[in-house]
Amino acid sequence: MKYKQGKYLIIEKKAIAREIYSFTILCPEVAQAACAGQFVHIRANGFTLRRPISICGIDREKGTLRIVFEIRGEGTAEIAQLNKGELIDMLAPLGHGFTVSEDFERVILIGGGIGTPPMLPLADIYGDKATVISGFRNASAAILQEDFCAAGARDVILCTDDGSAGIHGFVTEPFADIIGSEKIDAVYACGPLPMLKRIAQTCTENGIYCEISLEERMACGIGACLGCACRTKRNDEEYFAHVCKDGPVFKAEEVLW
Amino acid sequence: MADLSVNICGVDFKNPIIPASGVFGYGREYEELFPLEKLGGIATKGTTLHLRTGNLAPRIAETPAGMLNSVGLQNPGIDHFIETELPYLLTKNIVILANIAGSTPEECAQVAAKLEDTDVHMIELNISCPNVKQGGAAFGTSCDMAAEVTRQVRKATTKPLVVKLSPNVTSIADIAKSVEAAGADAVSLINTLLGMRIDINTRRPVLRNNVGGMSGPAVFPIAVRMVWQVANAVNIPVIGMGGVSTGRDAIELMMAGASAVQVGAAIFTDPYAPVKIIDEMNDYLDSKGIASVRDIIGAVQPW
Repeated sequence: MKYKQGKYLIIEKKAIAREIYSFTILCPEVAQAACAGQFVHIRANGFTLRRPISICGIDREKGTLRIVFEIRGEGTAEIAQLNKGELIDMLAPLGHGFTVSEDFERVILIGGGIGTPPMLPLADIYGDKATVISGFRNASAAILQEDFCAAGARDVILCTDDGSAGIHGFVTEPFADIIGSEKIDAVYACGPLPMLKRIAQTCTENGIYCEISLEERMACGIGACLGCACRTKRNDEEYFAHVCKDGPVFKAEEVLW
Repeated sequence: MADLSVNICGVDFKNPIIPASGVFGYGREYEELFPLEKLGGIATKGTTLHLRTGNLAPRIAETPAGMLNSVGLQNPGIDHFIETELPYLLTKNIVILANIAGSTPEECAQVAAKLEDTDVHMIELNISCPNVKQGGAAFGTSCDMAAEVTRQVRKATTKPLVVKLSPNVTSIADIAKSVEAAGADAVSLINTLLGMRIDINTRRPVLRNNVGGMSGPAVFPIAVRMVWQVANAVNIPVIGMGGVSTGRDAIELMMAGASAVQVGAAIFTDPYAPVKIIDEMNDYLDSKGIASVRDIIGAVQPW
């Protein structure tokens, strides 16, 4: 099985910040097949289009997936109405995830805002090889800091735009400090486009392998409708890739900004 | 178990349900979810003479009971389709409608000619794509242009020729009559309705193309009306589509005059929609004691 559609039990629901929810979903087959960087495509009752949400946790033993999402509009607001004990309709797991390598001795995981959740499965895999940098608008929007510590990350660095918690400033500042002081094998990032672009540029300049996770308005979620186009470069030719199937994770060097 | 088979232009369909062009790619992604053999047919992604990269993103927007798209006919070109996609599809024991498009009548004819030596069952000529600057909907909104492109493609192919019509016209029945006179063997309708959404925070259209094609349940009553008008105006079969999401919708469209039904946006909501629709149609027919789905084609009794 690559992916399937079904209705699965929500076994835990938490509001972890203002308008940000965490669901733990019992879906053994999907959890078995899922990997870091993939997403689930969730049906919102009363809406034509499903909503793509990145996977924030994979527990193959318990047969669960965790998703963390923010209410961005009517569709995600509808999904947030679902409660523990109810069924959630998912098409999953979808997309091309992160490349994980045992050869990577030091990695940096960078999340901006609601781009932070897909970094957690990588933190689980890399443990103390990983430094996590995440940035938020302010202290009350910060999420998953304890989860990253629990995953065993070497450092968990918090940045806020207004200085209300952690470092006052953008994730790119501590990132620049780290790559200036030690050898980094890979950088993984998800968040706002300007942030991703800066990180990708810095990695190119410093010869560091970098993968980024993108988002785009999406319809089918499996590569059939060609709705979620993304300009990329392959074999030196411009190529309209699709975030749902070719991504959401791309090698940073492939993306045409 | 009712008889769900239909025959359109001499081509046998085991049931009347066909995923519409553009939602289903060339079928591979959905094979992961259900056997394609369950379908009556597949209308493949609109394919042009050469590769097209399509429009910039965003290409998709949600609308009340529907959606907009402006993919812009991204496709790998007809040669790739014939070499890579068609052989696989032809192993599936379903009717393959190769949807083709072009910027000029000549280009459409060239694409059709390339399919002449293949075993594809039918050609669906798209004269109604709202998302491309040249050709596309421009052909579909004038009787003369619609007839001209149909005539040229007719000359290039002996395959059953289905012409897919635009609803963005004053009288779709007049367009249908024009393409019938120009040699179309059937018509399919409706393509998407031209629509637009604006993000009121950024004052930017949601779609990068500004406008796009609207589909989904919201357009269904328009599809029923247009299928009914066209079925009453022409003597060739009509393939209906537009917002169909349940077996009841499919039955309704067939009563309006459709000989088969394409399913589009509903597949995004529920990827199993085409299969469920087939089952629901069968249940309806059985519950009414109707032996064959063919008995309901055009069965509406207007006031």
